[in-house]
Amino acid sequence: MEQVPKIPKEKFKLLNKQDNEASESLGTPSLTYLQDVRRRLFSNKVATACLIILGLIVLISIFAPAVAPHNPNAQKVEYSNLPPKLGNLNIPGFNGMQDMGGKEVDAYKQVGAPKGTYYILGTDYLGRDLLSRIIYGTRLSLIVAVLATLVDLLIGIPYGIVSGWKGGRVDTFLQRIVEIVSSIPNLIVVILMMIILKPGLTSIIIAIALTGWVTMARLIRAQTFQLKEQEYVLAARTLGESSTKIASKHLIPNLSSTIIIQTMFTIPNAIFFEAFLSFIGIGIPAPNASLGTLLSDGQKAFRFLPYQMWAPAIILSLIMIATNLLGDGLRDAFDPQSSD
Amino acid sequence: MTKYILRRILYLFLTLFIIASITFFLMKLLPGTPFTNQNRLSPEQLKIVKAQYGLDQPVFIQYIRYIGGLFQGNLGTSFQFNNEPVTQLIGQRLAPSMQIGAQAMIVGTIFGILLGAIAAIRKNTWVDTLATFISILGLSIPSFVLAVLLQFYLAFKWHIYPVALWDNFQSSVLPTLALAALPLGNVARFMRTEMVDVMSSDYIELAKSKGNSNWQVVTKHALRNSLIPVVTIIGPMAVSVMTGSMVVENIFSIPGIGEQFVKSITTNDYPTIMGLTIFYSFLLILVILIVDILYGLIDPRIRLGNGGKE
Repeated sequence: MEQVPKIPKEKFKLLNKQDNEASESLGTPSLTYLQDVRRRLFSNKVATACLIILGLIVLISIFAPAVAPHNPNAQKVEYSNLPPKLGNLNIPGFNGMQDMGGKEVDAYKQVGAPKGTYYILGTDYLGRDLLSRIIYGTRLSLIVAVLATLVDLLIGIPYGIVSGWKGGRVDTFLQRIVEIVSSIPNLIVVILMMIILKPGLTSIIIAIALTGWVTMARLIRAQTFQLKEQEYVLAARTLGESSTKIASKHLIPNLSSTIIIQTMFTIPNAIFFEAFLSFIGIGIPAPNASLGTLLSDGQKAFRFLPYQMWAPAIILSLIMIATNLLGDGLRDAFDPQSSD
Repeated sequence: MTKYILRRILYLFLTLFIIASITFFLMKLLPGTPFTNQNRLSPEQLKIVKAQYGLDQPVFIQYIRYIGGLFQGNLGTSFQFNNEPVTQLIGQRLAPSMQIGAQAMIVGTIFGILLGAIAAIRKNTWVDTLATFISILGLSIPSFVLAVLLQFYLAFKWHIYPVALWDNFQSSVLPTLALAALPLGNVARFMRTEMVDVMSSDYIELAKSKGNSNWQVVTKHALRNSLIPVVTIIGPMAVSVMTGSMVVENIFSIPGIGEQFVKSITTNDYPTIMGLTIFYSFLLILVILIVDILYGLIDPRIRLGNGGKE
């Protein structure tokens, strides 16, 4: 056997206690749940992009009066149906040229518009600026969607919590109502409400909210059932906390991810219903525009003036896609197990 | 199972009864009558017309009559369309709606299954990304936006299909495509999630290790087991296809019940609105019921309504 050489004493060194601790400490600070959610959301490029797009659209809608170049309802009949024109830039599709009997004609010259006049997205059949109408239309659609979703939450969350918390007979009764309401097709309720109420913003919001809360109530109920078996809820009950306090302090914070995710799916739904109603002509009354009425007008004129259909179609689709993708991103962020 | 089905059928009729009652009273709340605009009617004539439709009776009597009529399959007579019975109106217009609805469901489901399956097999490749993108587009773009775009390009610009016409199969292609997008997106998404789950399960590993070809593993094992849960979303999908068909029928001028419904709303034709509301609800509840029962039959692990015990 080989002799192990003797190790000189000076090779040994007393380690500093702190060095030891440093190597064992965690490199990154531990994240709270919300920080973790935010990190996961922002690491999802698609969701981040959607968040930015939606943020821009929302900002533009909020500051519509400042952003819109013209009054959306101001008519200038002599400038009707002008094609899009972006300054003096000669971009095909945005140069004010129009196909008239096989010839490209400068439509702006034809109506005798002065040199500086241009409409970025053109004008409609009453000479109203389409860009301004789209900005205001988006604003109206978003207002409807957000308010309808709020009413949804106000009905759906308490309903679901009461149903799940009380259980037993109360739950059975409340669930029968949910069953019946949800078995009536949403659209039919919405249309019936629209016929009875006067057409306008409030009626649309009421009509959409009346049908929309059911899904939220169901989800909340199922979650509440799980939550109320948790130890911390039992502890709160044992300590004599009132039911309302338990609901607001313990249940709602723990339900928040469900609520946020479901909200992201309620909003596009509401936008869809508003556009749908306006499209078939029982939604937002004239002269106000919403994305649905603009699309409906565009569809009527698209044979000769396709630009009038494009812009609302693109914006509407963009909002729907972005909200759906953001909803997906949020779900993955809140519940990493749901994705693979 | 039989008990469960019977209970569900009972609920179906209960729900329909409630819907019929709500619709009836809502319609009574409406201001004006369909004869409001007909100035030429003298008061006597108006009285005769009202008596003819039973509108001179108290509301409660009208309600009893209406519900009584429902049990005999009588939905009343239309005010506008030449006094036709509503049932007859629906009967005439059912076929086109059913055709495009069924076509859209079939096309959407089949291509959705394919798209979802391909995405799952080629998980995390560009194929998957593309498939996911397509399904998101299908889910997000409203059917009427898609219908308008299809009409503009495929019909108006390129003359491949008729713009708005209803005679042969050709004319049903565009509405079918417009309506199929939503089920396609839905099914594809659902299918992908299911299939990804299935593909990582033990029995797939076993099938692979036994030396089965990839194709065999996918078609014989993965596809079949992923398909079962897809059945559950067919019900809700049918609902959204019917919703979409209302406005899509309008865009393409198809003489279906959706178009009729929109038309009767704009003309205050109450009996038709009521009749179609009840009819639509009936169809939708029936579809969901059938799907639920089917699901219980296909998947023995699930016996709805009795807590998993048969």
